[in-house]
Amino acid sequence: MTEVAAPTVHLTYREAMREAIRDAMRRDDRVFLMGEDVGRYGGSFAVSLGLLEEFGPERIRDTPLSESAFVGAGIGAALAGMRPIVEIMTVNFSLLALDQIVNNAATLLHMSGGQFNVPLVIRMTTGGGRQLAAQHSHSLEGWYTHIPGITVLAPATLEDARGMLWTALEDPDPVLIFENGLLYNAEGDIPAGAGAVEIAHAAVRRPGSDVSIVTYGGTLPLCLQVAGSLAAEGVEAEVIDLRSLRPLDTATILDSVSRTGRCVVVDEGWRSGSLSAEISARVTEGAFYTLDAPVQRVCSAEVPMPYAKHLEAAALPTAAALTAAVHEVMRGA
Amino acid sequence: MQTEPTASAPALDRDHALSLLRTMLLIRSFEERCAELYSATRIRGFLHLYVGEEAVAAGALPALRPEDAVVSTYREHGHALVRGISAGAVMAEMYGKVEGCSRGRGGSMHLFDAATRFYGGNAIVGGGLPLAVGLALAARMRHEDWITACLFGDGAVAEGEFHESMNLAAVWGLPVLFICENNLYAMGTALYRSQSETNLAARAASYRMPAMAVDGMDVLAVEQAAREAADAVRSGSGPRFLEMRTYRFRAHSMYDPDRYRAKEEIERWRERDPIVLLDRRLRDAGMLDDATRAALDAEVGREVDAAVAFAEAGTDEPVETLTRFVLSERARS
Repeated sequence: MTEVAAPTVHLTYREAMREAIRDAMRRDDRVFLMGEDVGRYGGSFAVSLGLLEEFGPERIRDTPLSESAFVGAGIGAALAGMRPIVEIMTVNFSLLALDQIVNNAATLLHMSGGQFNVPLVIRMTTGGGRQLAAQHSHSLEGWYTHIPGITVLAPATLEDARGMLWTALEDPDPVLIFENGLLYNAEGDIPAGAGAVEIAHAAVRRPGSDVSIVTYGGTLPLCLQVAGSLAAEGVEAEVIDLRSLRPLDTATILDSVSRTGRCVVVDEGWRSGSLSAEISARVTEGAFYTLDAPVQRVCSAEVPMPYAKHLEAAALPTAAALTAAVHEVMRGA
Repeated sequence: MQTEPTASAPALDRDHALSLLRTMLLIRSFEERCAELYSATRIRGFLHLYVGEEAVAAGALPALRPEDAVVSTYREHGHALVRGISAGAVMAEMYGKVEGCSRGRGGSMHLFDAATRFYGGNAIVGGGLPLAVGLALAARMRHEDWITACLFGDGAVAEGEFHESMNLAAVWGLPVLFICENNLYAMGTALYRSQSETNLAARAASYRMPAMAVDGMDVLAVEQAAREAADAVRSGSGPRFLEMRTYRFRAHSMYDPDRYRAKEEIERWRERDPIVLLDRRLRDAGMLDDATRAALDAEVGREVDAAVAFAEAGTDEPVETLTRFVLSERARS
């Protein structure tokens, strides 16, 4: 007996992102990529390697180290009918463009009474784990989820790395895509014809009946790994990948928690004033009476990210911390 | 009467000069009425008046074509009126009415109009410069020959976004006409107190773009400089910078007690009131008499009356639609 499998391709997350950019550039001549070292250098994380040779310097556009100007230029170009992809090296550097993102990209549609929308995509790296210390390692995407007028995405899988960009480019309004730096080398097989994916819903990456683990981006692999270990001791964890951080797919979270009665939120951001706090609040507001235990959160330690490997590892969410949090909500079950 | 035309003083065309006078009178009358309406609490929020600076808008903006784009500041009533947004739509905006040019979502500081490609009043000093660079980038990438005019004040020159945007426009050779309205004060801080180089044209020239200072109280000088600069930018020779040396006769905003400058200084500048200067010049040339001037004053007064009536008759947007225009309502394209 032989079964004809659908053709697949083996690639890394980095290659999936690159393929997404290449595909978008081929499909729509309004699309261009702009950012620091995206061209001749090949992208600081090598995402855009080879694209300059294929598309030329007009569409793979190296910029000066001027985050505010090139993000703002992306907004202006989007206003005039282009479909820019702006790459910012890391979320920490995006703070230099915060004025343009928050005061212009997110507000122009509203301030103009609906006349001027901004179809802009901004991609940036986020997250720690690479010993890059306190100015290259933070997970500040939660801050952006505070802002009405922008959509915030966090592709955690190869399919989403390949598929979210095109959907984001079709969006008439600004979309921020956060790529966790630890995911770039993740590899696997995806269908050869993989393309655009919907971005409105969270995904249940692992079904389970005992506890809902809610996460996104760089901590998804950790959550799946811990869920596997928990299964060995008889605890079936459901793992939810948020995918979209703003808007949040609250319905999927509440549906899961209503079935399991327990919720652990895993967020590489800091705990205070965080996305994890927002999720916990929504669970409390919408599923309080189905809860069998208080919501637990596993976040990064409240410290600027240290350089030393063992200290950084201790600052980030760990398997041990997640396992302990699950045990805590399972107590007495 | 025969006059010798010279390079610095071209022969006056009576109809044209009267239309410039009329434009400045309209702005002056509109702004004075705004001040009255503010005191009468019909207009609220921040209100920054353009009184004294009329020659810049009246002289410079007609150098643009309908397809050109304009990026402006929070002191932009005059820019909007000259660009062709109706006085009624501007006034209704300040009344917060649906009939306002931004549907009452923006107010005095955020006038927008897609029909005249007016990309806003921006209330973050310097925040519009990156947008202008991006608009110009789009024109270049789309192989279109429209240009972008970017208006900002002397205060913006101290912002990092000024440096980033000037550099980016110059290094990419983009079709931007930078028009700096130097009224010598960033709110209450004198230029010489806050900037090491007060010759702003010299600052701009350091980016290797042609830059010149213009007597911003002389509408004919402004007009000539703007025409030449706009033509040069349109010809593809890269960005240009004009420093319009002007002065505001009124306080920074309606909240400003104007404690930081001497009355004598204001009086000295009032002797160079752009309306007085052109009026005198026209009378000296035998092109204007009391009757004609009175007719112009009455005409613009009626136009402002009509604008106020239009705003007074405006409608409030229903509170039920409060959250419109956060994200686009139209289909993705």
